[in-house]
Amino acid sequence: MSPIVTELPKIHYLNAAYGLKSWLLTTDHKRIAILYLITVTLYFFLGGFFALLVRLELMTPASDLLRPETYNRMFTMHGIVMIFFFLIPAIPAIIGNFVIPMMLGARDLAFPRLNLLSWYLFMAGGLFTLYVVVIGGVDTGWTFYVPYSSVYSNSYVVATGLGVFITGFSSILTGLNFVVTTHTMRAPGLTWGRLPLFMWSLYATSLVQILGTPVLAIAVALVGIERIWRVGIFDPSLGGDPILYQHLFWFYSHPAVYIMVLPAFGVVSELVQTFSRKRIFGYKFVAGASIGIAVYGFLVWGHHMFTTRQSVYAGLIFSFLSYFIAVPSGIKVFNWTATLYKGSVSYQTPMLYTFGFIGLFTIGGLTGLFLAAMGLDLHVHDTYFVVAHFHYIMVGGTVMAYLGAIHYYWPKMTGRLYPDAWGRFAALLVFVGFNLTFFPQFLAGYLGMPRRYAAYPEEFHLLNVMSTAGASVLAVGYLVPLIYLLWSLRHAPLAGPNPWGARGLEWQTPSPPPTFNFEKTPIVTDETYEYSLEEEEVV
Amino acid sequence: MTVHITPRRTYYLVFAVLMILTATTTGVAFIDMGPFNVVVALFIASIKAVLVVLFFMHVLHVTNLTKVFVAAGIVWLAILIALTLNDYLTRGWDPISRPF
Repeated sequence: MSPIVTELPKIHYLNAAYGLKSWLLTTDHKRIAILYLITVTLYFFLGGFFALLVRLELMTPASDLLRPETYNRMFTMHGIVMIFFFLIPAIPAIIGNFVIPMMLGARDLAFPRLNLLSWYLFMAGGLFTLYVVVIGGVDTGWTFYVPYSSVYSNSYVVATGLGVFITGFSSILTGLNFVVTTHTMRAPGLTWGRLPLFMWSLYATSLVQILGTPVLAIAVALVGIERIWRVGIFDPSLGGDPILYQHLFWFYSHPAVYIMVLPAFGVVSELVQTFSRKRIFGYKFVAGASIGIAVYGFLVWGHHMFTTRQSVYAGLIFSFLSYFIAVPSGIKVFNWTATLYKGSVSYQTPMLYTFGFIGLFTIGGLTGLFLAAMGLDLHVHDTYFVVAHFHYIMVGGTVMAYLGAIHYYWPKMTGRLYPDAWGRFAALLVFVGFNLTFFPQFLAGYLGMPRRYAAYPEEFHLLNVMSTAGASVLAVGYLVPLIYLLWSLRHAPLAGPNPWGARGLEWQTPSPPPTFNFEKTPIVTDETYEYSLEEEEVV
Repeated sequence: MTVHITPRRTYYLVFAVLMILTATTTGVAFIDMGPFNVVVALFIASIKAVLVVLFFMHVLHVTNLTKVFVAAGIVWLAILIALTLNDYLTRGWDPISRPF
């Protein structure tokens, strides 16, 4: 237990300068993280609003709340906003930006101004997307599949594509900054074998961002070129091939799943150790699994295309390769569980989200194996089974870990604690609401309910009512933390530098930290996460 | 780390070679080489890309770590092309007439 703190540090990054200009022109990684926190949270609730409309429409079998074409726009905007403007930037751009330099014992990222440019690019891409929302939306699905997107859709495909294109550069620059920072700005003694596992995860994520995102930018640009100038790339009537688009799109977008979930792995690795007071079981395997996933994740994209005219032989290879991606993910899940074994586990809010993550991600991962099997995939392709599967990964996994990370680092960001009882209550609400929302979708999908339709047969009514009810609980579960975290900014007790008794350089700085993090560069002499040593010292 | 300064003459020379290769691409476009039309054009384009990367992007004189990242970009492009061709080149083998 850390000592009681009665006052915040006199000068810290939040009060080092005042005024809007000091925020909009800041190069402090912590302030940029706060800028991302505010904007990404707004996008999260915007994406949630679209989800709400989708769920309300699906509460009854008939298409009665929204017209079918409006419904198409709602689920498309939900997907685009949540993926490109929430899930991809959430953990790297907010948590990563805030803690990476501190974890490494550095004063800032390697390229502070590039970091600010990343946020401006994110905002520019986001404004294009908001512009699309205001003028009428886009209805292609977040995948922008051709020839619908390039020929037939009468919605705002080019503007949306431009938004995604610009935001992609934000993602690339953030990844580049993290890679260079990790290579060049580690404190003396912080060898690669001592790097925190969150760093390994974000390093792996950054590799995927740098190597994959340009291909998405190219694919989206080609759709725009075909749509505007009728150049035959994907349209068969112009000599193109629509499957080529899917190859290009999924070459990025399957690894993009790992852009979203690898940082979550890193968060869970940190939280499991802190709240079980134990060094991770198999550090090297957990670190190596992150890099393995980043590289191997690029070899499996064809499993999204089993029902297209992709050759059966290519499908067989992609199916075979897809099974193996479960191995590094499995290593992580087993190692987290083994870390808990004989640990001194405490059930504070971040740890509840961690438990939620491990269980829900495992369900999401195992149902992914169903979809990697070609025969079974033909049955459940484009059904709610797929929707449930990826929401178990994205929401059950990434959002859970993100909320865990926000609760874990909130005291470091703001210098204040939050009411833990409310935190645990909200975590429980999120877990119950999530399962009530998405588990029925596995059943509906397996029974044959297709995704992306505003109307459905009567037999799926009960499952959809359950799902909509669950979404309401989930929405409350997300609103409650927003309220008590904002409340905590003024009213909660002060946290002190290390309220969790955690290891890691980021906990050696005051909370909130000063602008340049450390008064003098720390020197690392211990192995990472030496919790057992600490306990012995206390004894 | 020492910074290598490339003489201005080298840049002019590389630029001249790039222009000659561009002219060559244009020239061979008027000659019908059958299936080799694309092969030749891509070969010349690849040489130009290598020159740009080595000289204008300074990869010739950077650290080995940067070279590894440049190589990774090429390997990833190879993965994209190889696994995509894995589909295109085996479509004709498909013994099953599929309804979709």
